[in-house]
Amino acid sequence: MAHGLDEALAARHAAPGSELLAGGTDMMVEVNLAHHRPSSVISLRHAPELRVLEPHRIGSGVTWATLERSDHRALAQAARTVGSPQIRAAGTLGGNIGTASPAGDGLPWLAALDAGIEVASHTRGSRLVPWSDFFTGVKQTSLADDEIVTAAVLPDDLPAQQEFAKIGPRNAMVISVVSAVVMRWDDGTTRVALGSVAPTPLRARQAEGMISAEANPSDAALAEFARMVAAEVRPITDHRATADYRRHAAGVLARRLLERCLAA
Amino acid sequence: MIVTFTVNGETRTANVVGWESLLGVLRDELGLPGSKNACEQGECGSCSVVLDGELVCSCLVMAGDCEGATVTTVEGYGSEDEAHPVQQAMLDAGAVQCGFCTPGFVVAAAHLYESNPSPKEDEIREALSGNICRCTGYGAILRGLEALAEEGRA
Repeated sequence: MAHGLDEALAARHAAPGSELLAGGTDMMVEVNLAHHRPSSVISLRHAPELRVLEPHRIGSGVTWATLERSDHRALAQAARTVGSPQIRAAGTLGGNIGTASPAGDGLPWLAALDAGIEVASHTRGSRLVPWSDFFTGVKQTSLADDEIVTAAVLPDDLPAQQEFAKIGPRNAMVISVVSAVVMRWDDGTTRVALGSVAPTPLRARQAEGMISAEANPSDAALAEFARMVAAEVRPITDHRATADYRRHAAGVLARRLLERCLAA
Repeated sequence: MIVTFTVNGETRTANVVGWESLLGVLRDELGLPGSKNACEQGECGSCSVVLDGELVCSCLVMAGDCEGATVTTVEGYGSEDEAHPVQQAMLDAGAVQCGFCTPGFVVAAAHLYESNPSPKEDEIREALSGNICRCTGYGAILRGLEALAEEGRA
């Protein structure tokens, strides 16, 4: 149990590879179901530095319960879909980042914004890693074994419109089958990022390029946008959905969110 | 690892194994079996407690992380002689079937009413959305808590 970030970084330096405990909502499930017996754990719950929320920098220890009330509309929408009130009171954005599940609800939002992942180590100080270099595979990241995720850093230029939604079997307490964020800037620049359709969060860049050139997208352009998003995702079939369903749903969801951005 | 923390207003000490959950320590070491062990993955809310002011699933809290913490379990609400208003409201509405989920509902509802003495129906539903009753006894629970909310408005 580290009191403060410096103590946590020193502990991680002294015992590289120690597991990092944020809200516990992922790690403790694995522990309880007896899959996992961590030998060394550093708790970050008592590091107030990680809970700082600024307009363009979100501390890794900020909980979903706080982010539910965020001014970042799509992030707040995503936060509201995370588990139950009990889970949202404990779980953090940094935990989502560190766990790097393909279904992490906060990750498409970071990808759509081209956010940076700020990490720190005891000996080398802080560095900012582009999200696309940070997430390397299913629950795999480029975080070094003496580093800790300290924040998500947002660009200066935030979009005028941003929308998140996810698909699951019901309205609450679901792990996403597909999740998506669409952002649109006033100059037409549009980005779409999706979760649960690839090992890491995925940007549909060809679809983005096409739709960004459309000042007032026609029905045909919206349909083409959906088709291109569906073509760009790389889903698998698992117990939650088939790859075909995910591919179809990704296109539908992306179009729906874009329409919400355009209507706003 | 020795952990000292405050449970229901009393200072308690427990000897915990590294990865053990707060729920396990409450039930097996501290003699507080009110918090129930069911899904062990944060889905059902049966183990709900208030930890440092936040409603959480105690099955997902590592006990070793609780040094200096303040915990309220269902045993901390009401007494043998006088039920907590939430407990009384649920009693009056017959909001208990098998009873296994009841402690979690009591803690979640009491946590809600502490910050909002007269919640609207959708606020009650939202606050209880992390608690599952597999007898599906939600109607009576809601009726009881809505009646309590009416009193709060009176």
